[in-house]
Amino acid sequence: MWDYSDKVKEHFFNPKNAGAVVDANATGEVGSISCGDALRLTLKVDDDSEIILEAGFQTFGCGSAIASSSVLTEIIKGMTLDDALKVTNQDIADQLEGLPPEKMHCSVMGREALQAAIANYRGEEWKDDHEEGALICKCFAIDAVMIEEMVWANKLRTVEDVTNFTKAGGGCAACHEDIEAILEKVLAEKGEKFDPTAAPVAAREKIAAVKAPLTNLQRIKKIEQVLESLRPALMADGGDVELVEVIGNTAYVNMTGACNGCQMAAMTIAGIQQRLMEVMGEFIKVVPASEMSTTARMQDDCMDAGGRATQGAVAEVEQCMEQLPELVNIEVA
Amino acid sequence: MADIYLDNNATTKVDPAVVDVMIPYFLEQYGNPSSIHKFADGVARGLKQARQQVQALIGCEHDSEIIFTSCGTESNSTAILSAIKAQPNKKEIITTTVEHPAILSLCDYLEKEGYTIHRMPVDKAGRLNLESYKRLLSDQVAIVSVMWANNETGTIFPVAEMAALANAAGVMFHTDAVQAVGKIPMMLQDTKIDMLSLSGHKLHAPKGIGVLYLRRGTRYRPLLRGGHQERGRRAGTENSASIVGLGKACELALEYIEYENTKVKAMRDRLEQGITGQIPHCFVTGDMYNRLPNTTDIAFEYIEGESILMLLNKFGIAASSGSACTSGSLEPSHVMRAMDIPYTAAHGTIRFSFSRYNSMAEVDVVLKEMPGIVATLRKLSPYWSGDGPVANPEQAFAPTYS
Ligand SMILES: Cc1ncc(COP(=O)(O)O)c(C=O)c1O
Ligand code: FES
Repeated sequence: MWDYSDKVKEHFFNPKNAGAVVDANATGEVGSISCGDALRLTLKVDDDSEIILEAGFQTFGCGSAIASSSVLTEIIKGMTLDDALKVTNQDIADQLEGLPPEKMHCSVMGREALQAAIANYRGEEWKDDHEEGALICKCFAIDAVMIEEMVWANKLRTVEDVTNFTKAGGGCAACHEDIEAILEKVLAEKGEKFDPTAAPVAAREKIAAVKAPLTNLQRIKKIEQVLESLRPALMADGGDVELVEVIGNTAYVNMTGACNGCQMAAMTIAGIQQRLMEVMGEFIKVVPASEMSTTARMQDDCMDAGGRATQGAVAEVEQCMEQLPELVNIEVA
Repeated sequence: MADIYLDNNATTKVDPAVVDVMIPYFLEQYGNPSSIHKFADGVARGLKQARQQVQALIGCEHDSEIIFTSCGTESNSTAILSAIKAQPNKKEIITTTVEHPAILSLCDYLEKEGYTIHRMPVDKAGRLNLESYKRLLSDQVAIVSVMWANNETGTIFPVAEMAALANAAGVMFHTDAVQAVGKIPMMLQDTKIDMLSLSGHKLHAPKGIGVLYLRRGTRYRPLLRGGHQERGRRAGTENSASIVGLGKACELALEYIEYENTKVKAMRDRLEQGITGQIPHCFVTGDMYNRLPNTTDIAFEYIEGESILMLLNKFGIAASSGSACTSGSLEPSHVMRAMDIPYTAAHGTIRFSFSRYNSMAEVDVVLKEMPGIVATLRKLSPYWSGDGPVANPEQAFAPTYS
């Protein structure tokens, strides 16, 4: 069985705050159908201070799902909603003295339930913005979605490339067959053929396989440049694009003119995202600014710092980023 | 009370009598059976006897039809790869959706290599439809591989009948009998089964020893080439101690086969009836009327299997679960999915599998603890309220899924 920490066992065998809070005024329900885990979080929030007075959980799930739920309720009791929103899945896992890689999604579920409950309290609709694929590399906890995105964004061709960009495959080698299957699939979508003997990207293009990560400032500038280069094409169709905000690897844009509300807007956004990834060599997610919904409050916290960042306070942005690792969809190698 | 082991379909305790016969092969008769000196004198005789002991248990015609391998998985791989290598023009394989990964992963791999794999579905009770099986048989099929008994539910497939149908269509038939051998009587010489896999560690022999039964006259290609061991059909110096141990284990299994089907079955039945009688909202999965005598797989609705196992473990009770979380995969057991068990139940399945080492007193301990364990977890479940499931559980709790 799993090698669970004593903390996980403690919370599993003696869960805290089990059951629904009787006069709850916030409820969050999330689950992961593939794993069969599901969680309902109920909160009693003080309307004046926005402090979480009580928290209760009901969980259908394995040992670590129950332990994650229990520890989450302990963490957030007594917090303000704004502070609670800063709780990350890593915080949950840390409080449990670690979770096996296969079980990290249990802590993600905890954080999502919390976000959903707070959105519910505030009368907003919570939308899940995180996509989780099948776990491919168990050594480094890398899932299929991340590998696919990196293969697309960086024109990866070989298992070695994938290892260089994501770490996946750099351990016991058990996942190489699965990584090849992903390469085969993505390359087929691009109309190319997977060649197991191809030279890795690094050798082909003589670039360092792992580039230094961009600072937030560099990233914003580059995104602006790319959008600038795309603008003539958009304007030719009577539209335009405006960069509203960049948080981590997510760029929020406004589609204006003919693009706004156009059926093709989603496709255009996908095209912009593709172009950005190609140029920047890292994963970038492009999201319409109108969807800055539930994470908006967290972004507000960053906004000031972000505003000042352009004046040079990059460190502050980065500090802020650290509190928001979930927004950095892909950790840049 | 000492810890209670009810996970005998996963693996078994080695019978002390088996250990006893093995020890001289480590300390005295450790010579290579191919050598001509006194350290090896007795080894060939030991191997010969073991072959006959296996022969007696599975009821095959010749002891030369027994090939010793390293495990059930190797026997399965050898059988399927041999069939396709020996008949290169046949590009189809028939199997079922509920086989062990030792068959399914190999078939997935062969599918990528261009083979057509027919994976026969099962109904809600885990049964196959023989009419559709008949329609799949053709001269394009290299081999049919169907398990004798399912490792999760214990459901028995009509392999003798299916082998006869395959034989009539000129198709080779293999059965993964890893769970069946030693638990139900068999007489291979009265069947048309061409190949059969068994594994020592499921019948009180050590881990890492298996057998491929190969009917005389069946076309064959070895998987491991090298020395002349096993008549060149499986090269590699014989694992003499384990082979002798497996022989003894087969002899004992034959002796206990009636016990298995009476006393062991009675323990299983008492546990099953006790649990389903005391605990609401649980049900037995698989074919109740056609099952191994030692296995029961019970789905506890609205709770998850790994949690149940962790609490059982606290009481010193060992069992296993078809839940996704115990295996580290994201999917619940493929066997439960194949039977279309709803996921609120599939994730909560617990398999109890007995052996001749269990006792009725142990059954009573499990019956005493189980209701409390289930109640504890249901108290935490969003699908449960008070002493029953919430009304319309699927609607009352409909989380946002990621
Ligand atoms: C039906 C079935 N086939 C094959 C195997 C694999 O046997 P072994 O562990 O000896 O490779 C098992 C055991 O896990 C099994 O239950
Ligand atoms: S599983 Fe990917 S390297 Fe080990």
